[in-house]
Amino acid sequence: MPAMPRRAPQGTQAVQRALALLRSFTTEAPEHRLSELAAAHGLHPSTAHRLLGVLEAEGLIGRSPDSQAYRWLPGAPGAGDAGSAPRHNGLRPLEPLRTPFHRRTSALCESDAWRDWSGYTCVETYEPTPEREYWAVRNAAALIDVSPLFKYEISGADAERLLDRVMTRDFSKCRPGRVMYTSWCNEEGHLLQDGNVQRLSRERFLVSAAEPCLRWFQDCGWSMDVDVGDVSEEIGVLALQGPRARAIAEAATTGIDFGAMRYFDLAAGEIGSGAGGGPVTVTRTGYTGDLGYEFWVAAEHAEALWDALVEAGQDHGLLPAGLLGLDMARAEAGLVLIDVDYVSAAHAEIEVLKVTPAEAGLGFTVKLDKQADFVGRRALELERDRGPAWAMVGLEVDWFELERLWSEIDLRPQVVGQSASREPTPVFAPGGWQVGQCTTRFFSPLLKKYIGLATVRGEAADPGTELDVEVAVGYGRRRARARVVERPFFNPPRKTAVAPTPGVKG
Amino acid sequence: MTVEPAAADGIGGGTPSHGSGRFDAIVVGAGHNGLVAAAYLARAGLDVVVLESSPEIGGATRSEEAFPGFRFSVFSYLVSLLRPEVIHELDLVRHGLFLVPTASTLNPLPGGDCLFREADPQRTYRHIARHSRRDAEALFEYKIEMRRMGHLMYRLQRAAPDELAAAIGDRVAESPEHLDVEVSAEVADIARYFLDLSPARLRSFVQMLTMSSADFLGQWFESDVLKAALSSSSIIGSMLSPRTPGSAYVLLHHYMGEVDGVYREWGFQKGGTGAVAATIARAARSHGAEIRTDSSVARVLARDGRTAGVVLTNGDELRAGVVLSSAAPQISLGRLLDPEDVPGDAGAGLALRAARWQSGGCAGKVNLAISGLPRFECMPEPGPHLSGGITIAPGLDYVDRAYDEAKYGGFSERPFIDMIIPSVLDPDMAPPGKHVLSCFVQYAPYELAAGDWDDGQREAFGDAVVRTLAEYAPGIENQILHRQVLVPPDIEAIAGIPGGNIFHGELRLSQLFLLRPDPAAAAFRTPLPGYYVCGSSTQFGGGISGGPARLAALRVLDDLRTADTAAGVGAKTP
Repeated sequence: MPAMPRRAPQGTQAVQRALALLRSFTTEAPEHRLSELAAAHGLHPSTAHRLLGVLEAEGLIGRSPDSQAYRWLPGAPGAGDAGSAPRHNGLRPLEPLRTPFHRRTSALCESDAWRDWSGYTCVETYEPTPEREYWAVRNAAALIDVSPLFKYEISGADAERLLDRVMTRDFSKCRPGRVMYTSWCNEEGHLLQDGNVQRLSRERFLVSAAEPCLRWFQDCGWSMDVDVGDVSEEIGVLALQGPRARAIAEAATTGIDFGAMRYFDLAAGEIGSGAGGGPVTVTRTGYTGDLGYEFWVAAEHAEALWDALVEAGQDHGLLPAGLLGLDMARAEAGLVLIDVDYVSAAHAEIEVLKVTPAEAGLGFTVKLDKQADFVGRRALELERDRGPAWAMVGLEVDWFELERLWSEIDLRPQVVGQSASREPTPVFAPGGWQVGQCTTRFFSPLLKKYIGLATVRGEAADPGTELDVEVAVGYGRRRARARVVERPFFNPPRKTAVAPTPGVKG
Repeated sequence: MTVEPAAADGIGGGTPSHGSGRFDAIVVGAGHNGLVAAAYLARAGLDVVVLESSPEIGGATRSEEAFPGFRFSVFSYLVSLLRPEVIHELDLVRHGLFLVPTASTLNPLPGGDCLFREADPQRTYRHIARHSRRDAEALFEYKIEMRRMGHLMYRLQRAAPDELAAAIGDRVAESPEHLDVEVSAEVADIARYFLDLSPARLRSFVQMLTMSSADFLGQWFESDVLKAALSSSSIIGSMLSPRTPGSAYVLLHHYMGEVDGVYREWGFQKGGTGAVAATIARAARSHGAEIRTDSSVARVLARDGRTAGVVLTNGDELRAGVVLSSAAPQISLGRLLDPEDVPGDAGAGLALRAARWQSGGCAGKVNLAISGLPRFECMPEPGPHLSGGITIAPGLDYVDRAYDEAKYGGFSERPFIDMIIPSVLDPDMAPPGKHVLSCFVQYAPYELAAGDWDDGQREAFGDAVVRTLAEYAPGIENQILHRQVLVPPDIEAIAGIPGGNIFHGELRLSQLFLLRPDPAAAAFRTPLPGYYVCGSSTQFGGGISGGPARLAALRVLDDLRTADTAAGVGAKTP
C-alpha cells in the first residue's frame, strides 16, 4: 500500500538511517559509541547495532581496537567531513512548535485564542466563541488541524508481531488498507494509551498517539526485526468532519474512490484535481462521531492540502474549527480523552489513578481471544473473570432538573455557550456517598441535554441508574439528579454508512 | 517521634535565673538546626539559651556583604530540604521566610550545545529529545518514580529511627495488624506503608541505597549528557563519583526536598541563605529563647551520671539538665564529651567512633561579583535560564575525572560546578546592573597532597573555576570584580564543621539511619542522660532541613514529660 510519506518506499528508511549514521563520523569526531549514535539518531540500540554492523561489514567503518567504539575509516566513501558537519546543535530559546498548517490557521485565527497541545501552538477557537465551529461539524463540515498527535512508523518483517505484542486488538486481522482503533497496556493491564493504527502495507504501520511512546514500542520490540521511527514532525494531519465531508474530500483530491471507502478504511491519492499535487493518505476516521476523514500529509505538502480542502469546502459551508469545537463534538460522541477522562498508567503517580481499558470504556478494544500474547494479557484475563471495578458511563441531566436547580436562584438554566469542562467533579449515589467522578461535561445544544462522561463504581454503571452529579449553580454547588445512559450520546448513521451522501440523516 | 509540639503546657518553665547561669535547656551551635531546636523548646515553654562560638549565627547558613553592595550566600545557597512542618509550626513565613523558586536547570555542553530542563514538561521533552527521544520519554516516568521514593523518605523522616526500627522489626516478625512494641499510630502507619510497597518500589529503594548513581541512572537513560546532569544531585556534598557505589542514595537525599509539597523544587531565600537562619532565630526569640554569640563551649558538664550543663572556653559555667548539640559528631560525641562522664563503659567507644566518622570535605565555594550577566555560548542572551540552576557537568567521564584528581589529593582542574545567579532572583543581592554568581565546586579535598591551600593553592583553585566557566561563558573572566574562594578548611573555620563536610558527614549507608551519627545516639539521645544531638549528622541529616532538630526537640520534650509524670509533677500532660 503506497503510503503518505512517499519519501520512504519500503526499505529506504533503513538506507536513510544508515547514511545518517555514516555522516556522524567526521574528522573532528571520528569515534562514537553505540549508545551515543543510537541516542543522536533516535534509534533503538538494537536497530543502530544492526545498521552499524552492515556498515562495518561493508568496510565503511571499523571498531576501535581498545574499545567498543565505532571508528571512521579514513578514505571510506560517504563519511562526512568536518567542513560540512554543523559545529553544534546549539539551543536558542525554544520557539513555540508550529504545525505545518500554522501559516494558514494563524491567518484565520481572529480570536487569538491559542492552546498548547503537546508543545504546539494550536487554535482554540477561530472566532471568539466556538458555537459556529461546533455546529459546522454537525451541520456542514469542519476542518481541524490535529497535527500534534505523535506518529510512529513501525516497519520490518516483525512489524505485525510487534503490534500484536503491544496492542490489545488483534493485528493479524488488520489488513493493509485498514485502520484499527486500539488500546495498549502495561504488564498490570493498566491502560497506557489509546490510538489509531494504520496498516500501510504488510510490513508497515503508522501509529498515532496522544503522548510519546517511542521507548515503549522500541523496548517491546527488543530482539524483533522491526524499526520504530518517530515521524511526528514530518507528517501533518487534518481532520475533515461533518455531513459534507465526503463531497469536499472528493473535490479536493484525486485518485481515491470515496464511495468505496468504508469506516476505518485507508486510501492513498493526490492533492487537488490534477496530478502532481503531492501525495496524501486519507483515513475514514475522526474524533467527532460524525462522517469524516483524516488527511495525512508530508509537511512540505501540508499547505497545498489545506488550500485544496478550503477551496473545495467553500460551497459546502466548511469552517475551520478549533479545539473547543472538537472537544464538544467528541464529548457528544462519547469518546474518551487521555489526561481528561483517564490518566495514562505511565503518568499516574498512585495506583488508584490507573485504569484498565474496560474501566476507561475501552473494553471493546481488548481481544482476549486473539492468538498472540500481548502485554497485560494475564492481568486482563483476571479482570475478565472478576469484573472491572470501574466503568466509564454516560450521564444525562434532563432539562427539568436544570430548571429546578436554577429556579432556586431565580434564573433560567445558565448552561448554553459553555465549552466542555475538564475539571473533574464528584458523582454521588442519590443523596449518598461519592461513587465516582465526572470528567467531561457540557450542555449539548444539539441534544438539548446536559451530558457528561463519568467513571463510576461498577455497581453504579447500569443504564438507568440514578446518580447525583455536582454542578455549579451561580456561586453554589448543587447536586443534580442524572441518569446513566449508553454512550455515544450522538451516533448518526452517516458516520459508518457505505457511500455516505449529504442527505443521510443523523 | 510523634508528640505534637505543645505551645504552652507548662513543661519546665522555671523562673528564669540567667544571672546564676541556669536554664532548662542549652543548645550548642546557632546553625539552622541549633536554632530550630531552640525554637521548638522555647515554644514549649522551656527557658533556652543557644551558644554559638563564632561572632555570627547561621553556621553554614550564612550571608554576608563581602564586598560593598554585593551580598553572598557564603556557603549553602538554595533551600529545598527545609521541612514544611518546621516552616508551619514555627510560623517562619511571618518571621521572614521568602523563597523565590528556581524553576529550571541548564547544563551547558562543549561546543555551544546544552541540555535545558524547564518547568514546562513539554518543553523539557523537546530539549531532551534533541539528545535522545527515548530519554525524553523516560524522564517523565523517572520523575514519577523518584517522587514516590522521595515520598517514602518523607514518611520515614517523620519518625525517630529507633521507634521505626522497632515497629518495622516487629511487623516483619508478627502479623501486620498487631504490634507488640508500643509505638504511636503514626509510626505504625509508616511501618504499614513500608511493608505495603510494591516489590518494584522496594527494589528501587534497595538500589538507591547500594548502587552508584551512574548505574542507577543507566537503567533509565542512554544519553550521557542527561545521566551526567541528573547525577549532579548524587555527588553534591559527598566525596563520591557518580560511579561510586552508594552515590544513588545522595540522589535520593536531594529528592526528599520539596517546596509546598512539590518534590524536587528549590527556592532561593531573599537576602541569601543567612536570612533563613535569621528567620529561625527570630522565631526562637519570639518564644523567649536567648542566643549568645562568641560563646564557645568547651565541654558538657555531667553530675551523678546526668547532664548538668556546659563549661565555656572562658571558664564560665551554664547549668541545665538538658543540653543539645547541633555540632558534628567529632565535636558532640568527641571533644565536648568526657568519656569518663558517660555512664557504664560506653564512653571510650563512642569517642573512638566519633573520631572515625567519615566527614572529609569535598567541596569549595567560589563567589563572584561580576559586572554584568554572563553570556553562555549555548544561550548568550539574558533569559529565564539565568534564574535557574546552571551546572557544569557535561558528561559522566568529566565528573569522574574531576573526582579522580581529588581522590589523589588534588583539586579538580576542570571541576563540577553547580551555580546560581542570586542577583537575578533577588535584586537586593547586587548593585543595579551588576551581579553575584554563586559557584558550588567539586572536588576540593580538605588536605592537598601537594602544596597548601594557604600557599597559593586556594587562588589556583579559584582560577581553575573561572577558567572552566570561561569555556562555557566566554568573557566571564573579564567581568569579575571581586572573588571569594572558600575551600574545606575555610568551611571548617567559619562554619565550625570539622573537615568542612557540608552534611556533617558523608551520606552513605554506613552513616545513615540507625548508624547516624552513632549506633548509641541514633535516636537523638546520647548515652549520657540529658545530653542530645540534633544536627545534620543525625537522622536524615544534611541540607537546610531543620528536620533532625525538630525531631530531637520533640524527643527532649517527650522525655521531660515522661520524667515529670514519673515524678508526679506533670499531671496535666499525658
